[in-house]
Amino acid sequence: MATETIIWLIPLPPLLAFFLIVLFTNRSKALSHTIAILAAALSWLGSMVVFFRALQVENLGANPITHAIRWLPVGEGWFEIGVQIDPLSAVTLFFVGWTVLMIFVYSVGYHNFGQPAGDHDRKGLPPHGATVTDAHGHAHKVPSVEPMYSRFFAFIGLFAFGMFTLVVSDNLLTLFAGWEIMGLCSYLLIGFWYAKPSARDAAVKAFLTTRVGDVFMLLGIAYLYSQTGTLNYRQIFFNEEVLLGLAQTPTGFLGLSAAGLIGLLLFIGIVGKSAQFPLHIWLPDAMEGPTPVSAMIHAATMVSAGVYLGIRMFPLVTAGWEHGDPLNTTMVIMTVIGAFTALFAAVIAVAQNDIKRVLAYSTISQLGYMVAALGIGAYTAAVFHLVTHAFFKALLFLGSGSVIHGMEHGVLHTGEHIDPQDMYNMGGLRKKMPVTFWTFLIGGFALSGFPLVTAGFWSKDEILAEAFGTGQIVVFLVLAVSALLTAFYTMRQITLTFLGEPRTQAAEHAHETPWTMTVPLVVLSVFAVGAGWVGIPEHFPVIGGLLPPWFQEFVGHTLPHPPEHLDFNIVPLLTSLVVALGGLFLGWTIYKDTHAGAEDPLKRTLGSLHTAMQNRFYVDELYRAVFYRPAGWIADVFTVRWLDLGLIDGILHAAAQISTTIGSALRNYFDRPVINGGADLLAESIKRLGVVFRPIQTGRVQQYMILALVSIATFSALFYYLLVFAR
Amino acid sequence: MTPVQLVFILVAATTLGAALMVVITRNLIHAALWLVLSLFGIAVMYVLLSAPFLAVAQVVIYIGAIAILMIFAIMLTRRSTSEEGPALNANWGWGALLGVVTLGGLVWVLSSWPGFFAAPAPFPEGTDPLLTLGQALVSPNGYVLPFELASVLLLAALIGAIVVAWDRR
Amino acid sequence: MIPLSWFLIFSAALFSIGLFGVLSRKNAVAILMGIELMLNSININLVAFWRYQTPAQIAGQVFAVIVFAVAAAEVAVGLAIFISVYRRRRTVSADEIDLLKW
Repeated sequence: MATETIIWLIPLPPLLAFFLIVLFTNRSKALSHTIAILAAALSWLGSMVVFFRALQVENLGANPITHAIRWLPVGEGWFEIGVQIDPLSAVTLFFVGWTVLMIFVYSVGYHNFGQPAGDHDRKGLPPHGATVTDAHGHAHKVPSVEPMYSRFFAFIGLFAFGMFTLVVSDNLLTLFAGWEIMGLCSYLLIGFWYAKPSARDAAVKAFLTTRVGDVFMLLGIAYLYSQTGTLNYRQIFFNEEVLLGLAQTPTGFLGLSAAGLIGLLLFIGIVGKSAQFPLHIWLPDAMEGPTPVSAMIHAATMVSAGVYLGIRMFPLVTAGWEHGDPLNTTMVIMTVIGAFTALFAAVIAVAQNDIKRVLAYSTISQLGYMVAALGIGAYTAAVFHLVTHAFFKALLFLGSGSVIHGMEHGVLHTGEHIDPQDMYNMGGLRKKMPVTFWTFLIGGFALSGFPLVTAGFWSKDEILAEAFGTGQIVVFLVLAVSALLTAFYTMRQITLTFLGEPRTQAAEHAHETPWTMTVPLVVLSVFAVGAGWVGIPEHFPVIGGLLPPWFQEFVGHTLPHPPEHLDFNIVPLLTSLVVALGGLFLGWTIYKDTHAGAEDPLKRTLGSLHTAMQNRFYVDELYRAVFYRPAGWIADVFTVRWLDLGLIDGILHAAAQISTTIGSALRNYFDRPVINGGADLLAESIKRLGVVFRPIQTGRVQQYMILALVSIATFSALFYYLLVFAR
Repeated sequence: MTPVQLVFILVAATTLGAALMVVITRNLIHAALWLVLSLFGIAVMYVLLSAPFLAVAQVVIYIGAIAILMIFAIMLTRRSTSEEGPALNANWGWGALLGVVTLGGLVWVLSSWPGFFAAPAPFPEGTDPLLTLGQALVSPNGYVLPFELASVLLLAALIGAIVVAWDRR
Repeated sequence: MIPLSWFLIFSAALFSIGLFGVLSRKNAVAILMGIELMLNSININLVAFWRYQTPAQIAGQVFAVIVFAVAAAEVAVGLAIFISVYRRRRTVSADEIDLLKW
């Protein structure tokens, strides 16, 4: 089959799965997950085929595999939409295909397929366990199957469709379409357990916050279209003239050129979608959704879509900029926000006790790395980190889901009323859940940048090297500190969760999760280890040169002018080694002897700063006061009470009143007297006239005869006169 | 003035006077008797008009049958033996006016006709009017059909009168 | 010799008197008498015209004979009606027979 055809077909199986499940197989759990996994597998297969074929194309960057169709007639020509596989989308397709498939398989086990239905389970709430009586008459609680099982697979199918559409598209419009579909699915899936008020609120918060970003993004797209008349990647981002033209068009806004302004507007969309400060608030709350959702949407794919867009528009942002020039305004903004977010989120993550919250802030922090990398012009580093991060973050989230599952099993067994997600209730799980432990460890080391054997090391090291090498020392330092904190909180997480002794009965009774959950963990950990080895820089001591830096070469050619390689410098390497190993060591040391009921040692050290960190620096509270309450006031008081009920209803009531008055006036003063009266008058006068003439009929013959004869006499006289005399 | 003219005037005056009394008298029997007198007068007129058969027929039919019948009817329809109320109704003025107008109109119209002042035409010689009349009444070339129809009419009137006046009690 | 005009005037006068009686008398039988007077005047008229205009044709007299018969029939039926009315309503006054009034 032609590669173009396969590319078009890649997004379709999950969409088909969505429709089939929603319309037909909703009742059958087995059928639904089979359809969904089959669809994900087909898309994965398509992605792999396309990827490997793309690898064989000579200079894919200059000759991408494209196919377009005419869609909308505009003026003289056509607006075309289509698919394009260039190096960037090829590698994105690779990691998206794998992570989506792994998460689909994981979801089967996560939602307890095969388990009995719960005692008090109802749709809209998370399952709470079923009581089973075994052969000896012992009743104990086991995890129960999710009541809305099929619905979940339908939603993630729709989501996969959106992501694949975004990746294969060749223009900003279909990218935006995929973007929005994913936004919708994010809303649906965060609020999956819709009977929980916190889930509902989190879903709305996510949607609205990303909406803020999307508004600006749409403005950017519209402005771009108006300036260039197209939204096709080839015609904008690969076209020197267009880029230069845009870079030289002034806009009068903050001294930005058109290219800069468009880049800034699109970047605001990225800030929303990839949860950068100040629009990061939705991502931690999004942990209300089931863990596969957190893994897929909020780690591997949707938030990556934001960075993907940033990478796509890199030529636009850097139009007119050369390596070694000072950064232009848009790039400065990107760098500042990215670097700040990286540090900010890492600091907050240190003080979180919920296993998923730590990972959420970690995601925000790592996305900040990628945005900062783009901001300083480190194109391939950003892409590299995007790919490796997707693998190990998905792994970490799925691992945390596995941990939570194990803890919940323990909670059901012991009947304790504790939060299974709080790390202070865990401990010693390495013995109870070995597979989860080792895969989580691999993921955690990758995140921290453990040297050589983890993918994260290579990608993070490259970002630090670029920062140092281009002279962005402030950025370098900020990112280095963030890396230290990253390693620290990661090891803290691992120590509290897996090492030491169990701190609660529930942790004591936890056990490993089924194969549908552990196999994806293992697969992803393979990538978490090996994905970095495709991008080893040439001049790396000892092993540099063993494997070619294929990744940088391949992806670099997506740009019209591939970026140059930096000379190797030992400083960033040493820094990253120090911060990674140092952070890991610190994290292990401080938390290794945590026993049940212990308090976080950092509380004593940092005091009120720690409280602020734990409360996420009160950003949500600030937004509530500044945005939510005034908006609520405008809606409730101003719009509803004053405008709607007061003004509009008032006008309506007045109009009704006037109509009624006019109506009754017409009735009483015109209709009744004039018309009724006129008719009555006419009838009455005719009646009276009749009454006057009636007595002529007396019934007496003689009177009739007299009348007749008088008339005859009169007429005879008249006729005689006229006929005889008047001649 | 010839004697015939004098006789005519006398008879005409009697007849008209009696007729006037007929229509004015309060007492109906008197009116009937006055009617008889005027019918006599008319019979004499017939004689003056050389129609003796008609004169006799007048007396026999009108006076002998009709007037008597009227008297019977008067007697049968008497409300009381005492005098009835006024003879004329409320509109007698109009009636009088109409009568006068009729008379005046007729005379005036007739007077413009040249034959108004004519003398009687001579009788054809050798014919007897009575014989001719008799023959005419029964001859198929004559007036037998109207004659027979008149008798049918009388029959219908006879039956009709019986039926109308039948006492259903 | 008597001019035709005398007879015609006489019959016109008799007719008018009869008309007056018909229109003005209260009693129904008296009205009938008035009608008889009118019929008689017509007869006189007919015979006068026969005698003075066309004495050779007997049609004038025949007409007068037929009028006799009709008058008789009419009186008979009329009186029968009056008697019937009298039985119902105990009156033969034309003023009181007014069922067809408004």
